[in-house]
Amino acid sequence: METYDLSQNHIVTPPEEIALSTNQLQVYYGSGSRASMTDASLSFPRFQITALIGASGSGKSTYLRSLNRMNDRIARIEGEIMYRGTNINSPKVNVYEVRKHIGMVFQKPNPFAKSISENITFALKAAGITNRQELNERVETSLKEAALWNEVKDDLNKSALALSGGQQQRLCIARALAMKPDILLLDEPASALDPISTTKLEVTLKELTKNYTIIIVTHNMQQASRISAYTAFFHLGHVIEYDQTEKIFQTPEIQATHDYVTGNFG
Amino acid sequence: MTPNQTDRIATQVINFLVLIVVLILFFLLGDIILSGFPHISWHFLTSPSSSFSAGGGIRDQLFNSLYLLVLTLIISFPLALGSAIYLSEYAGNNWRTGLIRTAIEVLSSLPSVVVGLFGYLLFVIEFHMGFSILSGAIALTFFNLPLLVRSIEGSLHAVPDSQREAGISLGLSNWRTIRGIILPAALPGILTGIILSAGRVFGEAAALIYTAGQSAPILNYSNWNPTDSSSFLNPMRPAETLAVHIWKVNTEGVTPDAVSISAGASAVLIIVILLFNFGARAIGNHMYKKMTGGK
Repeated sequence: METYDLSQNHIVTPPEEIALSTNQLQVYYGSGSRASMTDASLSFPRFQITALIGASGSGKSTYLRSLNRMNDRIARIEGEIMYRGTNINSPKVNVYEVRKHIGMVFQKPNPFAKSISENITFALKAAGITNRQELNERVETSLKEAALWNEVKDDLNKSALALSGGQQQRLCIARALAMKPDILLLDEPASALDPISTTKLEVTLKELTKNYTIIIVTHNMQQASRISAYTAFFHLGHVIEYDQTEKIFQTPEIQATHDYVTGNFG
Repeated sequence: MTPNQTDRIATQVINFLVLIVVLILFFLLGDIILSGFPHISWHFLTSPSSSFSAGGGIRDQLFNSLYLLVLTLIISFPLALGSAIYLSEYAGNNWRTGLIRTAIEVLSSLPSVVVGLFGYLLFVIEFHMGFSILSGAIALTFFNLPLLVRSIEGSLHAVPDSQREAGISLGLSNWRTIRGIILPAALPGILTGIILSAGRVFGEAAALIYTAGQSAPILNYSNWNPTDSSSFLNPMRPAETLAVHIWKVNTEGVTPDAVSISAGASAVLIIVILLFNFGARAIGNHMYKKMTGGK
């Protein structure tokens, strides 16, 4: 594998309104002193899809999971995560509140072993929403946003585990949306899905940019180029290049990015 | 020899070994049930035992076994559930967790006679609890705990981590995720574990001889006052269980029909334990189907 100069990078700050940004984010796993993620400074534009690409082990998932503090229990994270003028990486911040504003969808669909509607209402009830009418309304709205409503509206009391993989993943998106988050983090959401479900999911995600900021980790470069406005390329725990998706895929500034997007990597 | 032949011989040897295991089980079950079944009658199940004359039943012993089981579960289930949740969800991978696991292993390998004598010295004598259902239930808790902790921990562990992540990512606290998502998902396994451990408790004799005692005073099933000494609900009365009864009629029984009583009681014991096992399976399957929508 060719070695690249990891200190060489090209990172732009999008001119749009910024929804979330990180400043010199470093992630350490275990008690080790070696950072799994080094000095990641990125700004994510509001109401856009930003894709994080890179080979396995490049740190893109680690980075993504740090954004809503999902890595708190397993890693030490230094640096700033700025959201609405607050550094949400501060120990004083209420992480449960953070996760309500920054939702997450995972690689493998992980619906709860409950009915479809309970999958959505469980966290809402835990958050103190008890009004039956409001719960029903949130179920309907979020399922519509996730483009699942028409398929399941007559089966809301059936077990979510009886749905297909693609439907389960859209249910997980609906479940995250029901919390009315600002930002949605997706960690390779289509990697366990067939091509048809993947297309449906991508259409859904594009729809969602009307109201949500989306950051998505993907292994699939076509997917990144199809749906995202900005793309960040990660390599060995470093952000190598961050720019408009078109630029990354057509005229990247850095050799490593060029090699990766053209498939001449490693 | 060709690989094909080797494989055929190996398969046959393995099949034979399995056959032996199954045959032993069926021989035992068949013998006990066939020789005991003719002695089981409504009269046998519903009349009190008699010490000297023939025709005694096992009503009180059967009830004592069930009551003891319920009391044991009431004591051991909360303890086991808490420990299992700790081990599966909270404990880190360190020496303290290792110590707890070793303690549980050792507890499960203690000989039941030793636990019985320990219970006799501590509860019956030292704490003045006398031969009582409660002493027996505490002694049985010692056996039941490791089994229950391990089976509950196993069920919790079988719930994928992605479920925990899903809960946490929705802004739920760790405890809320465990209570509302992990425990319900693990419930079929937990129930199966409880019922299987109940079978073990139901058949235990050695630990009870010195704790719950060997006498079965006449019980009054219409006396619902648990503090009254003749009430069937009194946890402080001595109580001979079915398993102890079998042991007793075989060693010191003077009734002329001791052989048929022990055969009948053994068959009842085995049948109840089999029912526990099949029940565990049926309930587990039913709940799994209900949760997964029949998939």
